[in-house]
This record gives sequence, structure tokens and C-alpha cells, in this order.
Amino acid sequence: MSAATASLHHEWHRFSLPQKLARYALYLLTVIAVVWSFRTIEIIPEFLYDSPAQIADLFVRMWPMDWNYFFAEVWKALVETLHIATLGTILSLAFAIPLGFMAARNLTPLPALNLLGHFLFVTSRSVNSLVWALLFVAIFGPGPLAGTLAIAFRSIGFVGKLFAEAIEEAHRGPIEALTAAGAPVPSQIVMGYWPQVRPAFWSIVLFRWDINIRESAVLGLVGAGGIGVALDSALSLLYWDQVSVVLLTIFVVVILAELVVTTIRKRVL
Amino acid sequence: MSAPAPDAISRQPFRTNWGGRFAMLAVVLYTIYAASHLGFSWDRFVSGLGQGGTFLARMFPPSFERWELLRDGMIESLQIAILASFFGVLLSLPIGLLAARNLMPVWVTWPARLLIALCRSFHPIIIAILFVKAVGFGALAGVLALIVGSIGFVGKLFAEAIEEISLKQVEAVRATGASFFGVLIMAVQPQVLPRFIGFATYQLDSNLRNSTMVGIVGGGGIGATLFTAYQRFDFDFVLTILIVTIAMIMVAEVLSGWIRKTFQ
Repeated sequence: MSAATASLHHEWHRFSLPQKLARYALYLLTVIAVVWSFRTIEIIPEFLYDSPAQIADLFVRMWPMDWNYFFAEVWKALVETLHIATLGTILSLAFAIPLGFMAARNLTPLPALNLLGHFLFVTSRSVNSLVWALLFVAIFGPGPLAGTLAIAFRSIGFVGKLFAEAIEEAHRGPIEALTAAGAPVPSQIVMGYWPQVRPAFWSIVLFRWDINIRESAVLGLVGAGGIGVALDSALSLLYWDQVSVVLLTIFVVVILAELVVTTIRKRVL
Repeated sequence: MSAPAPDAISRQPFRTNWGGRFAMLAVVLYTIYAASHLGFSWDRFVSGLGQGGTFLARMFPPSFERWELLRDGMIESLQIAILASFFGVLLSLPIGLLAARNLMPVWVTWPARLLIALCRSFHPIIIAILFVKAVGFGALAGVLALIVGSIGFVGKLFAEAIEEISLKQVEAVRATGASFFGVLIMAVQPQVLPRFIGFATYQLDSNLRNSTMVGIVGGGGIGATLFTAYQRFDFDFVLTILIVTIAMIMVAEVLSGWIRKTFQ
């Protein structure tokens, strides 16, 4: 085939050669990573043979559920969990809003401060809420205070990062108008930025609250209060009929929280 | 307009937002109520700060003495995250497809959605507790727990992504007489692959974070080392573990950002 016909019958390709190579390299890397993990991870086969019997045993012991435990312990712990999640979310806003302003590149024109904000967000998100809870239990002792602070510190990164991104997406127009009218920076924030980021802000807060309900349910495992304490005591006593009560309660509450969040979103946003 | 309406003159450009103020007041009142309900007090907070000082003092300098323990734990966490993400995403593909309401009949989507909701509603740590009971202590329990968590998260996002595709291409491929799998590969896959890769890498990050914690309940990985060090009050080793964990997660975030760019 001559060069002229080759250029005439130019074949269309979705991706260029470097793109293809990069993709295949990543596929290869994935396979290597999975094979490496699979071959070196420690799995004890004796435990595996036993597992069907163990699972059957688990369900047998979970039934019938011990509902007395719900009224005696779980109910109080549940209310505590809801308070921990909500207070933790509110407290995280107290940190996340100023840090979000600081990290937004259009509002704070100092790259060093932006970077510091983003660094704090990554740190907050990288430390798991259970680990935050461990740290706060060591400082403030076991109880809901440690749990609330753990929820708050874990949420700062999430809320702050998304809030900063929402601010960065705000249009310049209203802010320029306010600047031209001589409005000081606080007024620019309240009247220029806030109305633009408000829907995003509330949806972030609701989303995080929903997550926090889930997370605060396990903080009690390390002594940070809430329904996890009831779960932990039932687990350590091997009262699986009480464990199932706690699990069912958590399941129902999480579903309800999700319903509440979806309803509010549809109504307000 | 003949004469300006009287309320147009009296109307202020920036009116006081009474609804907003009441909401703020309600939040403040709730905070006070909930704080007192949970038994927070200023004394406790202040005494805690003193405690925090000694705690921080014991954390510094971070100790790298037992770095072999740290290395093994980190590697195990990484392996848990890789395996859980791989199998979680692999299983999410069919489950997400079954849950997509634009391609599947209702009697298929309903059970698939229920399964996803069930996987999503429990925190990975709770699932890990159950798997530790079922398959014993060790990394396998952690992997299985995170697989379940991944299905709940990625499955839902997959289903939503599939529901958002343009049906024109599906129709066009169908018109050529393609089989169902032909439609999936030629019409659906090209539309959703970049988003799928995005979700998968997000899930890898998220699993990496959770794999550092499942060890607290016996699911393997660095979490076990962390919890033991914490219970032995080796706070300098705890700090080391935290620093290395944060560093690993930051590196993973940068890497997954690259992967997403490659597949954009």
C-alpha cells in the first residue's frame, strides 16, 4: 500500500498511542498489585473450613432477639449517638467554615494559607474517626465528649474541602459589584459568597451528618460513647441476641437518617 | 408603572433574615441542651487539656524503633485495601448493572438495590466484627468486610452512573442486532468507564483508610499494631504509625488522581 492510500484510509482511533500505553500500564499494574497481595497475604485455611459452621452458629445465637436490652440500655445509647453525631457536625462547622474560607484560592489570595488549609483537611480525613476517638479518649477519658470531638475532627476535612471547592466555584460578578460599592470583606462574604454557596453548603452538611450517624455508632467500641458501647459490652459478653438488637437498631436509624436527608434535600435544595 | 408602590420605597435591599436568625438560635439552644445532656462541662474540658499536654509530650519524639512491625502492618493494610477494592469493584459491576433502572426490569432492580442498601448501612468496622467471628482473626476478615462496604458504595454509584447514560447509543447498537452483552460492551461501557474508574480509585482511597482501622477489631493490618501500642501507652509509636498512615494515604490520593486523569 502506498503512502497516499494509507493517509486516505486513515483509521480512526479513540485513544492516541501514549494514552493506550498509559492505560495498559495501569491495567498491568492492577493485575500485579492484586496478584502480589493475593500471594503474600496471610490467610489461615483452618479458620476458613470452619466458617460455615461459625456463621450458622452466629445466626442461631442471634435469634430470638433480647428486646429487654433495647429498653434497658440501647435506647439511651441511641439518643447519645444521635447527639454525638449532630453536635460533632455542628462543632466541625465551627472549624471547617473559617478553614474553608482560608483554603479557597479566590477568597484568600495567599498560596501559603491555601496550602496550609488543604494540608489540615487531608490530615483530618486521613486519620480515621476511630483513631481520632482513641486519641481523644486518651486525652478526655472515655465518654461522649471524646466521641463528639472525634466526629468533629474527622468531619473538618470533608466539610472544609468541599466547602472550599464550592467557594472557588462562586461567580465573580456579585463580588465585584459589592467591592465596587465599597463593601468590606465580611459583607462580601455574607452578601456575595454566602448566597451562592448556600445550597452546596447545606447539602455538604446534610451528607456529612448522614455519614456521622453511621460513624458515631461504632465509636463506642473504643470507649467514646454512644450505641457502640452497648454493642461492645454485648459483644464482649458474647450475648449475640443482644448484639442483633443493637445491629437492627443501627440499621433502622441509618435508613431513617438517609430518608430524612433525602426529604430535606428535595424540599429545600 | 405610574407611581412607585409604597412598599417598594420602604423595602430594604438587605433585609434582616429573621428565619435565619431563629435557625441560628435554635442551633445554639440545641448545642447547649445536647452538651448538657452528654455531660460536657468546662472543668472536664480544661482538665482534659492538661491531660492532652502530657499526652502530646509522650508522643514526641516519634519512635521508629519497631519499624519492622510498622512495615509489616502497613504492607498488610495495603494488601487488604488492594484485594478489597479489586473484588469489591468486580462484584459491584454486575450488582450495579442489575440495580440500574433504565436497563433492568423492576423485579431485578429491587433486590439489587436492597442488597446495596444493606451493604451500605453498616459501618465497615461492624461488618468486620461479624467476619472476625465467621472466618477468625486476620486479614481475611478485614478483606471481606471491606468488600461488603465497597459493594454498598461503588454499587450504588455504578447504578446511578448507568442510569445517567444516553439511551441513543444503546438504541443504535441494538438496531444493529447486537446481543445484550454486545450492547453492554459497545454502548454502555464507553459511556461509563471513566466514571467507573473514578469511583474505583475513590474506593481504593477509602479502603486504604479503613484498612488501617479494621485491625482494631481483629481484622488485620496496621490497626492491630496501632491498638496494641495504644493500650501499652507507647504513644510515641502511635504517633509514628499515624504519620506513616497519613503519608501513605496522601501518596495514594496523588496516585489515584493520576489514574483518573489517564482514564478521563
